[in-house]
This record gives sequence, C-alpha cells and structure tokens, in this order.
Amino acid sequence: MNKNRSKDPVVVVVQLSGGNDYMNTVIPHNNSLYRDYRPSVNINEPDVIQLTPEMGFHPAMAPLADMYREGNIAVIHGVGYENSPRSHFRSMDIWHTCEPETLGTEGWLGRAVKQIDPKKENVVTAVSMGPSLFRALVAPDVPVATVENLDNYGLLTDISPEQKRDRVLDRYKKMYSPMIGSGPVMDFLGQTGLDAMKGADILNVAPSMYSSTVEYADTSIARKLKGIAQIHLANLGTRIFYCDLGSFDTHADQLSTHNKLWTSASTAIRDFFDDLEEHEAADNVTMFLFSEFGRRVYDNGAGTDHGAAGACLAIGKGVRGGEYGQYPSMKGGDLDQGDLVPNMDFRSVYTTLAEDWMKLDPIPIVGGQFEKPEFMFPSTKN
Amino acid sequence: MVVAKSQEEISLMAHFMRRAGFGASREEIESRCEVGYSETVEELLAPSNQIPVDIYEFIRYYPMWWKPGTMGGLGQAGWVWTMINTPAPLQEKLCVFYHNIFATGVAKVDHYDEIQDMIDMFREKGLGFYKDILLEVAKSPAMIYWLDNNENHSDSINENWGRELLELFTMGVGNYTEEDVQECSRAFTGWTLEHKLPRFHMGRWDWHFKFMEEDHDYGEKEFLGQKGNFDGEDIIDIILSKPATAYFIARHLYSFFVEDEPQVPAWSVVPPNNPGAVEFLAEALLDSDYHMETVLRKLFHSDFFKESRFTRVKNPTEVVIGTLRLVGNGNLPSPDILDWTGQIVYMGQDLMNPPSVEGWHSGIEWINSGTLMKRTNFMSEMIGDYSRPGVKKIIDRVSSVSSNPEDVVDSCLDVMGPLTITEKTRAELIEHVSQQGEFNWQSDGVTRALELLQLIVATREFQFA
Repeated sequence: MNKNRSKDPVVVVVQLSGGNDYMNTVIPHNNSLYRDYRPSVNINEPDVIQLTPEMGFHPAMAPLADMYREGNIAVIHGVGYENSPRSHFRSMDIWHTCEPETLGTEGWLGRAVKQIDPKKENVVTAVSMGPSLFRALVAPDVPVATVENLDNYGLLTDISPEQKRDRVLDRYKKMYSPMIGSGPVMDFLGQTGLDAMKGADILNVAPSMYSSTVEYADTSIARKLKGIAQIHLANLGTRIFYCDLGSFDTHADQLSTHNKLWTSASTAIRDFFDDLEEHEAADNVTMFLFSEFGRRVYDNGAGTDHGAAGACLAIGKGVRGGEYGQYPSMKGGDLDQGDLVPNMDFRSVYTTLAEDWMKLDPIPIVGGQFEKPEFMFPSTKN
Repeated sequence: MVVAKSQEEISLMAHFMRRAGFGASREEIESRCEVGYSETVEELLAPSNQIPVDIYEFIRYYPMWWKPGTMGGLGQAGWVWTMINTPAPLQEKLCVFYHNIFATGVAKVDHYDEIQDMIDMFREKGLGFYKDILLEVAKSPAMIYWLDNNENHSDSINENWGRELLELFTMGVGNYTEEDVQECSRAFTGWTLEHKLPRFHMGRWDWHFKFMEEDHDYGEKEFLGQKGNFDGEDIIDIILSKPATAYFIARHLYSFFVEDEPQVPAWSVVPPNNPGAVEFLAEALLDSDYHMETVLRKLFHSDFFKESRFTRVKNPTEVVIGTLRLVGNGNLPSPDILDWTGQIVYMGQDLMNPPSVEGWHSGIEWINSGTLMKRTNFMSEMIGDYSRPGVKKIIDRVSSVSSNPEDVVDSCLDVMGPLTITEKTRAELIEHVSQQGEFNWQSDGVTRALELLQLIVATREFQFA
C-alpha cells in the first residue's frame, strides 16, 4: 500500500518468561521415553499436532502449525548454554547480556541498536512494549522507548494551557541535557528524559494512523502485539520490538496453564501477521520466541521443575521453515541432573538473526564468533 | 521560643524520614528535630505506640475490599490507604521491604486476600526475629501456593519453594548445591494448604496452612553438611546459622535502606558497594539472632546510613505515597484511591503482583522512558494543585521570602527536601523564574511558584531519596 514503506529488516522478540516447557511445546511424540518421563504432564498422542513423524506442536499452537506448514516457522532445537544455573533470574540475565560467566550490564539488542543507529538519529529504533524495559535492550547511550499504553503516551500532559506546557517542556529539555561529570546514573536519567520527550512526539501519531480489519483478542500479549503492529505500520523506523508473555513457570497445574498461554500466544501471533499482511508490511518482519530455559525431563506429578535446554522459534516470511539442530538426547545417561543438555548455544541463534537478518556485525553483539544455524533467508535490503 | 534547627539537623531528619518512611512535610521535620534524632528513630521502631490506621473506616467506604478476591486495584487499595495515612511509617516501609524479598503475586495466587494476610503478618512481625518471619512465610498459604509447596510430596518433590528459600530468601546463589535444594524440599513436604474452593464469583474460601503428616518425608536428610531427620523448621535453623545468610540479608537491608546496589542475581558475582557496611549489618544480624529492630537501630545510627543521602532512586511506592503524604487530602472518602493504586502500577511496581519471585529490579532500573513519564506526570499534577492543603502550606512558607528569583528557587528547593541539586539545574530553575519577567508574590507569584514546584519534581535530582 505504502510504496515508501521502509523495507529495513525488523525483529520482534517475544520473551516467554518463566521457562517454557520445551518437551510439551515441540513434542517428540514418537519417542517412547517422552511418555515414560511424563506420566502425568504429557500431551495425548491424538492431540499432538504432528508436523513430522518425529515432531509435533502443542494442540494450542494450531495457528502456528499452519504457519509452520506454510514454511514460515523455523524451530531451533536444544538451545541454551553450558552449566545452566536453573535460576530464572540469572538465566534471563545471561540470555539478555550474552555473559554466561560474569555479570553483564549491556543487552545484546542494545548493542544491536548502537550499530543500527550509531548517531542516535531515531529514539524509537527500539521499542519495549512495557511496562518494564528489558535488559536485553539496555546499553549505555542507547535510547529505547518503553511504552505501556500507546494511547496516553506523553510527558507533563496535565499542564495547560499549551503555551505553559511548552514553556515547561522547553525547560525540562534544558534541565535534562547532558551534564559533564555527573556520573552514569544522572547521565542515564538525562538521556531517558530526553528520549521520553522525543519518543512521545513520534509515537503519538501511530494509533491515529492505524486502521485494520483484524480484531485482536483481549489478552495482554495481543495488546502488546497490536501496539507493535501500530508502530510498525506508522513507519517510524523502529527496527527492534520487544515484549514478553508469562508466566511459563509451570511447577504445578501445567497442562491447563501451558494451554492457556500458548492459546493466547498463538492467536495473537497469527492476528499480528494477518494485520501486517493486510497492510503489505509483513515481509520485513521476523518474530523470535525464546525462554530462559526448558523444564526438567521428568514431570513432578502436576508440573515440571526448572531444566536446561529449550527451543526457539523464528517466524516470518524471511525464515527458512523447518527444524534446525537436534532434539537433545532423552536417554537417561545423556541427561545432566535430569535435564536435556543444550547442544546449540543461544548466541549462535542470535548470530543468525543479527548477521543474516539484521545485516549487522554479530561479533560485538553476541560477544564472540559462533556457528550459525541457517534458518534465515538473507534479508532483501542491503 | 523555638530555636531554629541547623540545616544539617533538618537535612538528616528529612533523609531519615525518606528512608524509614515516605518522607515528611517541613512542619513534621521541624517538630521531629525538636524531639531529636535518636528519639525519632525510637519512635519509628516502636509502631505499637501509635494508633493504627482504622481499616474498618476504609471498609465503610469500600466494603468490597474486605475480601477483594481477584479484584485488581481494589486488592492493593487497603494497603495503599494505610501507607498514606499511617502514623508509623517504618512499619509500612518494612512491609514493602519484605514484600520485595518474599515477592508473592496474584498473577498466580489469584487471591488478594491471602497476599494481604502476608502483608499484615509483615506489619505485625516485621521488627521481630527474621526466623519467625521465615517460618510464617513458609506457612503462608499464599507462598505455599505461589511456590507450589502444595505440590511438594513425600514421594515426588517439587523443589520450587526449596530452591527459592535458599536462592532468594536466605543464602543466595553459590552457597548450596542442587542436592541441598532437593533435601531442603524434602523437609518441607506435607507443608500444604487447605480450602481453595471458590466461595462465590468474586471471592474465595480463606486458605489455611495445613501440615499433612502422611505426606511428610520423615527420612534422614543431608543438608548443608549436616545429617538428621530434619523438618522445615530445622532447615530454617541450619540456614540461619550460616554467615552467608546474614550476609545476604545484610545486602537486602543495605540496598533497600542505604544505597542502590546491583540487582539480587548479581550478588553472587558483584561485591557490595560498601563491603564494610554490609559486614557490619551481617554481624549485627548474627549477634542479635536476626532481630530486625536491633539491626535497624544500628543501621539508622551508622555513619554510612547518615551519609547516604540521595543515593537511591525512589521506588514507585515511595513516589506515590510520599507525594500524597506531602500534598495532603489523602483522607476518606477520597474516590481517588483506585487511581493512586494504579499510578504505582504504571510506574512499574504492581504491588501484590511482582513480576516474579525475585521481586522488582530496583535503583536505576525503575527508570525507563515510560515510567519516568508516569512519575513526572503524577508528581507534577499533584504538586501543581493549590487546592491540596500540603501544597498550600508549601506556598505559604516560600511566599515569605523576597521576590528575587534566586531566593524563590532556593526556598522551594529547601522546602522540597532540603534538596541537593546540581548548579546547572539550579541555574535552569532560576532562569525559568526570571524569564517570565519580574516575580511578584502579590500578582502571579503563586501561580509561578506552583509552576516552579512542578519543574522541581520533574528534575533528575528529585528522583532520588
């Protein structure tokens, strides 16, 4: 529709917080060990959406199974890193910063933004659909717009009349401009304040420009993805979107919780891509789903405890559909403390996204050189 | 005759009230200075001497709050109202402190009543022994359900509670093994809850702790190098005997009351900003059997505390409660209570619904473009409202100074803190007052002073406590 629409590659990260159960998401339905390990927390064979003789999706993922069959989803197996700490928080930190050994403060996507927009020309290059700002996006001197609700996004909106508000905003801008030697915290606050002001002016236009026949469900993930669609369709130059869905921490009552989560996720993801298709704006968007770890191989009767290896999904027209890597061996002797052992480093997966899709130098982003699973077509631009 | 207190006394008292409470008006700070610092510390450490907030009065206006069940907003409103009105602010501050450690949320518990019970327990026992609090938490139905201890059975353990007890509530990563997690979980088998059937469409039966003897693993356990037929209380005793535990809780105290520190997951990797202070607090914990009142008294009298002014970013609860206590009009029947509760959520702290069992990331992580906008908007709207009694008092006080822009700015900064700000920010504020022509209290002075206050709460410096 819009001939001037930017074709720059865009990535939408959906973080499945809490540790998504790999084995009940991408199901090794033909492996008899699966049913041995999971007497209580398993998906009945007839309910599994079989995609290959070996692999199938959770029944709540029907919309995603369709996209898989159309060749628009890559499943990347066995993703993780060595010596998984099985702590949500440490593990999430590691995924966010690419620092499994030491404590990282810079997020991998923050470093990506720095490459995309080194001169900080666009404060909405990265958008976090909040309320929180994810550490993956944090890096010194990198602006990130954190949007909780697009409809009332603005600074000092209560001050009126307009002339007075302008005067106060003008002073605000001066007060928040860089101060030499005031330290990193004050610098961060200053930058955030200025970015908030600028970002609000830019993002405010998105909802009013938007119209669509797609009706999203009333779920938190659907609201976030709709907001992302609005911003993407407003053509504001945003290249990285981030949101999360949770909690996948299914120690108990897993079957019902996991089903609800994947139902809301799958529906929202399908609606999101339908929305972009309707506006001919889907081709340059890749969605990436990950979780901080998979869950333990044995169920605990009602749920599953913290594990290690997981699966990532990449979704979109730029994706070479299919499976990448190997499902980690489920044989007793191959498990580590009862967990699937990761056989694909998460930084390999990031490398593919950064280099093949976003056309960036992946080494500084992921902190080293990693072999790439080739699950992306090279993006058209550049 | 009232003797004017020194600026340092005022500044220290204001600091103490920001940290041990939610800040205070200049009138309150001055009258507390008359009484003295030690006396004020003792007053806040003795909340039972105060007349508690009458929650039944709140229920008269919000009867549904009595058992809010799953009603978001209203679920937290009783606590928020208590924080706004309490004469014992440290007691409520400690509820926030413990709630951030024992972070339990309705996202899973789906039952505000039970989390409210936990907060009430913190209110009652927060200044007592940490062991008693741990035991209460271990028996709290909300916590049991939140960390699945009701699914922790003698024949099939669920290690969620066992792990977090060690990782987040007592020792921290790196001080125990995977086997310890499992043995710890075994000791808590059979610690479960009863009654979770729906009462009616917006409520629940109350939950109660229940020890199911037949589901408890009475076998021998080996935990942190000791062997025995341990049950949950034994495990807690062993944990508390370890210096690592005192050190870990000392870090919690330091980062909440003294100075922003890296987030909890970093503690196994990053040393404290002030190792001596943390050692001091850890020793105080061990020496007093983890008696929180004793430890907090030492903390508030320490030099590192007194010197830590404006080194913490205010958390959203401090922003909203502090602002409301300052501007006044937080009494019933105010229909605004649900909006105020919501404001804390928009700023990133959904009370009784933390993002995870780790609680909230604090310090500079409270700040992003969205949350900074929310805090600025809320504070400036409140402080710009001349109809609020606290705002009127501020204006009355500053309007006694001359019309010289520098004096106007300095006296506003003084009343709002006293606030330490950079020369650059101060210069901008003075320029702002000057640029609109001659300042005159007799004409538009009040309006312009209100605009100045709105700018002051929007400064970077004002985001710190």
